[in-house]
Amino acid sequence: MGSTSSTLAKIPNAEDLMQETGFTPAHLVRLYDRFKVLDKDKKGFLTPQDFVAIKELAMNPICDRIIGAFFTSGGETLDFPSFVRILAHFRPIDKNRPKEPTSPDPINSRSNKLKFAFQLYDQDKDGKISRHELLQVLRAMLEKQVTEEQLESIADRTIQEADLDRDDAISFEEFRKSLEKVNIDHKMSIRFLR
Amino acid sequence: MEGTSWDLALVVFEVWLSVVLGLIVLPAMFGVSLGFTDLYVKALVKTLEWATLRIQRGQKEEDAVPAHLPNGIIEKDDGSMEEEIGELRRSHPKSLAGGDFTLCDAFYFCKKGIESIVEDQVTQRFTSEELASWNLLTRTNNNFHYISVRVTIIWGLGVFIRYCILLPLRVTLAVLGLSWLVIGTTLVGLLPHSNVKTWISDLIHVTCYRICARALSARIRYHNKENHPKKGGICVANHTSPIDIVILANDGCYAMVGQIHGGLMGVIQRSMVRSCPHVWFERSEMKDRHAVAKRLKDHVADKTKQPILIFPEGTCINNTSVMMFKKGSFDIGATIYPVAIKYDPQFGDAFWNSGKYNMVSYLLRMMTSWAIVCNVWYLPPMSLQDGEDAVHFANRVKSAIARQGGLVDLFWDGGLKREKVKESYKEEQQKMYSSMIKGRLPSHERQDCEV
Repeated sequence: MGSTSSTLAKIPNAEDLMQETGFTPAHLVRLYDRFKVLDKDKKGFLTPQDFVAIKELAMNPICDRIIGAFFTSGGETLDFPSFVRILAHFRPIDKNRPKEPTSPDPINSRSNKLKFAFQLYDQDKDGKISRHELLQVLRAMLEKQVTEEQLESIADRTIQEADLDRDDAISFEEFRKSLEKVNIDHKMSIRFLR
Repeated sequence: MEGTSWDLALVVFEVWLSVVLGLIVLPAMFGVSLGFTDLYVKALVKTLEWATLRIQRGQKEEDAVPAHLPNGIIEKDDGSMEEEIGELRRSHPKSLAGGDFTLCDAFYFCKKGIESIVEDQVTQRFTSEELASWNLLTRTNNNFHYISVRVTIIWGLGVFIRYCILLPLRVTLAVLGLSWLVIGTTLVGLLPHSNVKTWISDLIHVTCYRICARALSARIRYHNKENHPKKGGICVANHTSPIDIVILANDGCYAMVGQIHGGLMGVIQRSMVRSCPHVWFERSEMKDRHAVAKRLKDHVADKTKQPILIFPEGTCINNTSVMMFKKGSFDIGATIYPVAIKYDPQFGDAFWNSGKYNMVSYLLRMMTSWAIVCNVWYLPPMSLQDGEDAVHFANRVKSAIARQGGLVDLFWDGGLKREKVKESYKEEQQKMYSSMIKGRLPSHERQDCEV
């Protein structure tokens, strides 16, 4: 007769979703409530406009890229399972998970978090961050604050530092190597308070 | 036969009216409380506590999701952009002091973006506050379902009491109060200007608001009455609903500021201004900031006029936070008397969600709640300090009000309820980020940016 079980029943395929993403029932319910709040017109799915309506997101310099990460392959609708699957990337890493060599990486593994971040840069998904793509991200984050030349020199320097095989682009492996000391679990995870 | 039933109805009506007048209206006008509201609220509190225990007992087996999380549902890092990105960069092998763009900088924005998707500070302010436990009103029944027979019976009894007993009573009172205001002020308006006129006018206003407060079963606690706004000053308060006016005006007379409406509101506004000066604007005048400021200045300069009451947020917020104060009223140079109003949501949700409910349905909801219980704190007067600009002053006052009322102090503009985020917010973020990069540009480029 508690509130969780009744709301959990409203979520389709809740068990499978929890298995896949690792969210607890309580967190899944929280995300479902949030999904419904964002879906103001009660369509049952979200559109990019629903995301832009979040004021704090709208002022984020890379707002468009983050939204793009949810709407892959040019689709305009996002249902709840897909919403949760993307957010699952930001679950804190399960330190106690036994390392089974044959099972696939969970969505929130260090590697998958890095892949998510990599895709923010690599818009054409060719597995490499080209100079052009890097410039685009820099432009988004800095826009009117620096000149074009300054942007280019920053891009040059970044590629110089990270590009190990000298192909003038940063592959995922090079990306990963460059950031191997960063505490990904802390910086790319979101913790629920309860 | 028909004749007697009409007579009976008339008699009932007369009895009803005299009870209302004698037991409620008259004491209200003299500011005397017969103690009914206090008793009622005490009984309510006991009932709600009992209901809460019952509900908790019913839920204890489940891994229940706590409904009311005042600090939000996710952990947020408190660090500034500089601190967070600095931390990110420190673990980068080639990082140098002074800042250089690194690939991990994007992580900061990415995480902030995802955090705001899961929970943001603004969206939740324009809907009613979630309650920790159900208060036996159907409208707040989001997560609480059938618990037991007894709770349902009490709920049913509550519905009957609220709709069949309290509602007619309250509507009668409201009608009486407003008619009194309109008729009284029109009559007073006929008198020549004099101290007596002002005194009578004040009396009429206060008694009307007291009747209206009874119409809402309002139990108001005023704190620090020594800081009550004085003539020639401006009173500012956080805005939750139109009822704020009734709440504040129960304890003193204010000059109202606002737009002239049509219909019933317009009638009330026009009659009010006949007996004492209020500041009503036509819609077209509101756009002219200088004209507005001038009228306010003139009013404030005249020390015989009542203090002005202004709600600088410009829109109704749900009483969990205080949003950006518009600087207009802080630019006038008058003493500001801040007031904090905090409603207790357990007895009735006072927030007016103007997108969802129009004025009439809102008032009906108010009159079918249990009661309106609130605290009003009068804060010490504040004035513009040397070298301070209006925006800074407005923020200072806003923080003081937020602190006193236990509300979250936000920099967001309440106008965001209806409008989109301005580009300037994004530019602010970009500017802050660019300051972390410019330091490391090679020397020949640095000369360029000096230009």
